[in-house]
Amino acid sequence: MSYTLVFNDTKDPRNCREGYVDAMYDLMKENEKIVHIDCDLIGCVGAAKIQKAYPDRVINCGIAEANAAAMAAGMKATGMIPYLHTFGVFAGRRIFDQIFISSAYSNLGIHVIGTDPGVTAGVNGATHMPFEDAGLYLEIPGAVVLDPCDYTQVNVLTKKLCKDDRLSYLRLIRRGFKPVYGEGSDFEIGKAVTLTEGNDCAIICSGIMVGNALKAHDVLLKEGIEVSVIDMFTWKPLDEKTLIKAAERCGCIVSAENHLISCGLGSAVANCLAANHPVPQEFIGIKDRFGQTALQEVLEEEYEMTSEHIIKAVKKAIQRKGI
Amino acid sequence: MENDQTIKELKIFAANIRLETLKIIASIGAGHVGGCMSIADAIAVLYGKVLNIDPKDPSKKDRDWCVLSKGHAGPVLYAALGLKGYFPMEEAYTLNHYKTKFPSHTDRTKTPGVDLTAGSLGQGISEAAGAALGNRMQGIGSYVYVFVGDGECDEGEVWEAAQFCAHYKLDHLICFVDDNKYQLDGSVNDVMSHGLGLAAKFKAFGWNVIEVEDGNDIKQLLEAIDQAKASTGSPSALVLNTVKGKGTFAQETHEHSTHADKAFWDKVIAKAQSDLDALKGEAA
Ligand SMILES: Cc1ncc(C[n+]2csc(CCOP(=O)(O)OP(=O)(O)O)c2C)c(N)n1
Repeated sequence: MSYTLVFNDTKDPRNCREGYVDAMYDLMKENEKIVHIDCDLIGCVGAAKIQKAYPDRVINCGIAEANAAAMAAGMKATGMIPYLHTFGVFAGRRIFDQIFISSAYSNLGIHVIGTDPGVTAGVNGATHMPFEDAGLYLEIPGAVVLDPCDYTQVNVLTKKLCKDDRLSYLRLIRRGFKPVYGEGSDFEIGKAVTLTEGNDCAIICSGIMVGNALKAHDVLLKEGIEVSVIDMFTWKPLDEKTLIKAAERCGCIVSAENHLISCGLGSAVANCLAANHPVPQEFIGIKDRFGQTALQEVLEEEYEMTSEHIIKAVKKAIQRKGI
Repeated sequence: MENDQTIKELKIFAANIRLETLKIIASIGAGHVGGCMSIADAIAVLYGKVLNIDPKDPSKKDRDWCVLSKGHAGPVLYAALGLKGYFPMEEAYTLNHYKTKFPSHTDRTKTPGVDLTAGSLGQGISEAAGAALGNRMQGIGSYVYVFVGDGECDEGEVWEAAQFCAHYKLDHLICFVDDNKYQLDGSVNDVMSHGLGLAAKFKAFGWNVIEVEDGNDIKQLLEAIDQAKASTGSPSALVLNTVKGKGTFAQETHEHSTHADKAFWDKVIAKAQSDLDALKGEAA
C-alpha cells in the first residue's frame, strides 16, 4: 500500500463515479465473468461507457431492485462476478432481505454499489438520502463495507473487489469531489491510511469527511494542536490495529462520517475501543435525523459535519482527556 | 357528456399547470419535466373538476385523495394545488431549496394538499390502497386516485398492491397508469418491457381496465373517469397513452430529468405562457 496526498480543497474535474466506471471498463476487458447489473440508473452512474463496450454484460433490471439483488446472487452461483448498482437508499433499505439471505447467508458474495451516500444526495431530497445504508451492511456477518473519498480510491477499490468473494458494499459519490490521493496510489481493503501523525487527537474518518478532516488538521496545526487524520475507508472489517494504536498514542478520538452515528463508523470505532483501549470519543455525523433537500454544502452545515464542527469536537475530546 | 365550455376551461387549466410546473422547476434549475407533463392533463381534470376537495381544509374527512406514486412528478401537483389556492403560488418557486415546503418528491409532512408521501417508486400505490380501504372501513365514500409510471410498474410492489386492491374489491381506488413509454435509462421496451402490455397485466390481476387512447385529451380523460366510477366490485386502472414531456421541449428529447441554465428556462416558460395565452384567446 502506497499513496500520495494531493488534497488542496479544489474540485476534481473527474466525477467520482468515473472511478468506478473506468475500473469496470478495465476489469471487464480482462475478465469475461464480470457483469454490471443496474436498476434503471445506468444514466446516473455514467455506465453508458461500459454498456457500449460490453453490451452483453451490462444488464438493466429496470426499477426492480429486489429482483436484481437476488438475481445477482443466482448469477454468482454460476461463477459470474456481479457488481450491482442502485442508489444507496435502495441498496440498503429496499434489498436488505435479498442481500442478507440470497447473497450473504448463501455465501454468494456480490458487490453492491450504492450511489449518493448521505448528504451527497443533495437536492434529490429525503427519500433519496441514505444515512443508514452502510449501517445495514455492517449488520451482515462477514460483509465488506467501503466508504471511499475520491476518484482514485474508488477506482482502486473497485478493482480489488473483483478478487474478493465476500459480499461487499461500496458507497459511491456520484459527482466530482475533492481529490485526496494522487494517481498511482494503492489501497488494501481493511487497512486504514494514516494521513497525518499528530499525538493530540486522532480523527477517524472516511468519504467526504476526509477532506473536512484535513482542513481541520491545517487550522488546528496553526493553533499548536497536532492531530492524526486516519482515512478509515474500510468500515468492515475494521482496521483495529491502527485504531487501537491511534487511541494509545493520542488518548482521544473524533470519529467523522457522512452517515448516522448510531450505526456507522463512529459506533464501530467505539465498539472496538471500548473493548480494547477506552478513550474519550466525540462523534461527528448524523444524529437521529432524516434527510432533506438542499445543496450538499448547506446540508454539511445543517448536520454539523464541516471542518469547523470537527475542530470543535477535537478540542472537546482533548479537554475530556484531562477529566 | 361534458359540455364544450368545461372542456375549454380544463384545457386552459392544463396549460396553466404546465406553465407553473416549468416555473417551479426553473426555480432550482433542474427537474423531471417529462414525467410532469405527461400527466398534466389528468391532473387538470382531477383538480379542475372531479375531486371533492377544499383548499381551505386540505384534510377534510370526506375529501377525495390524490396520490402521486411516481413521486418525482411533485411539481405538476404543486402547480395544481397552488392554482387552486392551497398556498400562494410563489411559495412553490422554492423547489428543493433549503427548508422548502416543496421537495421534488411529494411529501405529506411538508406540503398542504399532499395526501401521501412518495419518492421510492412502488410505495405510493400501496399507500393509496391503504387509504381506500381505511376510508371504506370508516364508511367514507370518497375516491382515491393514484398515478403510477410505466417504469414504476417494473416494481414488484406495484403488483402486490394490484392483487390486494382486486382481492379487497377497492372500487373507490382509481389508478392512472402513465404509459408514456419512457423511464430513466430510455424506452420502457428497451429497459424492461411489460409482456402483453400494462392493460393486459392489470386485467389479469382482476382490475376493471379502461384504455385511454389519448391520455393527454381532456374529453377522453373525463369520460374514462366517469366509466371507472360507474363500475363497481373491482378497482379501475385507466391506462393512459401519454407523451412524456407533452407540450414542451421534453416531448422531443424524452429526457427523464432536465438540467439547464436560466436562459433555457426563460425560453421554455415564455413558450408555455404563449400557449396559455393562445388558448385563452380562442376561448374569448
Ligand atoms: C424504488 C426506486 N428506484 C429507483 C428510483 C429512481 N427513479 C426515479 S424516477 C425513475 C424512472 C421512473 O420512470 P417512470 O415510472 O416511467 O416515470 P416517468 O417516465 O413517468 O417520469 C427512477 C428509476 C426511485 N425513485 N425509486
